[in-house]
Amino acid sequence: MIETVKDTVRQLLETDEIKGFLGLAEKHGHVAPHLFQQGDSLDNMVLGDRKRPGDSRYPLNKYLINIHRAYPEEVFGVLVRGCDDRGLQTLYTWNQLDPKKVVTVGIACPQELAEACECAEPFPDTFVAGEKAEPVKNNSVAEVDALVLSEKFSYWMDEFVKCIKCYGCSNICPMCFCNDCSLKCDDLVKRGELPPEIPVFHHTRAMHMVGRCIDCGLCEEACPSNIPLRTLYKKVNSIMEEQFDFKTGVQRGKRSPLNTIEAVEGKE
Amino acid sequence: MDYRTVLTTCTYCGCGCNFYLEVLDGEPIGTIPCKTSPVNEGKLCIKGWNVHEFIRNEKRLTTPLIRKNGVLEEVGWDEALDFTVSKLKEITDRNGGDAIGFLTSAKVTNEENYLLQKFARAAVGTNSVDHCARL
Repeated sequence: MIETVKDTVRQLLETDEIKGFLGLAEKHGHVAPHLFQQGDSLDNMVLGDRKRPGDSRYPLNKYLINIHRAYPEEVFGVLVRGCDDRGLQTLYTWNQLDPKKVVTVGIACPQELAEACECAEPFPDTFVAGEKAEPVKNNSVAEVDALVLSEKFSYWMDEFVKCIKCYGCSNICPMCFCNDCSLKCDDLVKRGELPPEIPVFHHTRAMHMVGRCIDCGLCEEACPSNIPLRTLYKKVNSIMEEQFDFKTGVQRGKRSPLNTIEAVEGKE
Repeated sequence: MDYRTVLTTCTYCGCGCNFYLEVLDGEPIGTIPCKTSPVNEGKLCIKGWNVHEFIRNEKRLTTPLIRKNGVLEEVGWDEALDFTVSKLKEITDRNGGDAIGFLTSAKVTNEENYLLQKFARAAVGTNSVDHCARL
């Protein structure tokens, strides 16, 4: 699997199709995000499967945005799984990346990872390695939804109360790119107040994930308090699907209903 | 162009969380918690998440300061060291080594911290040594 990816990247670099390839490398005994450039050895390239498949994934698209802002004219390659591909599609619609400047090298996730993520689409649109795993149904939201209202409320409050306000969920999020962050707006979240007010802090973020969350699960993995953030945002996504028939990043090129201005009849 | 992710250890406390500094053309632009680190497993606290911001911070001290008439003034190293030596001598002569305490830093090397505690214990004669990373 890795050899196919390396061959693809080698060809992209040698033919000058891309300036660099943002992927993962084994460095100093750890898995690190890494930019491979022409002439670099690809020997240390890895796919982020250490002890379990996908256990060392990084938000590569987020780092790609940083590189793209500094070098907007250059084309870069990036390693994508299903979630990363949804992320790219969404970032294009929010004008954070230019599809003409991005070349993806896709890998399909194995069934084990798809199960762990409860991923509805564990593969990118095009991929060079791996085999399509079966989509997995979302059970974690259903489990919480099955609770009666008061229990549901205590369930979430018991989770939110563990928050240490590290901002890790938004710092790791490939879809968090706003210059002005609501979580740092004094009217919503008081600066310097610890622990944060709950559930306001988490609901503010959940609201801002509407039409943005591509269900990569990196927020939950980054949370030092193990708050089931993925379940929270999966719930947000399920509402978007039920109410607006919108699946973030799945319907290619489709903008979020909250990122669309439609003319209303009779009004300009 | 030069884009690197540099593995390093957090300087804020004694936990020793690992992260990568995201460095673009020589400028630190981000902090990425290391997921394969057995210490922090891809997680960080708010201080760790913002480490890249203090590296080039304008508020970092670059010269020693001595308080003169209630106001901190920038001075040269010779003056600062002479002042420190004279005060340390004066206090230890009058009240003994235990009248002095030393506070060192996580943002210097282990070797420098070793030297400071050695200086405190062997030269000044006190066990009162502490460090901002002692959680």
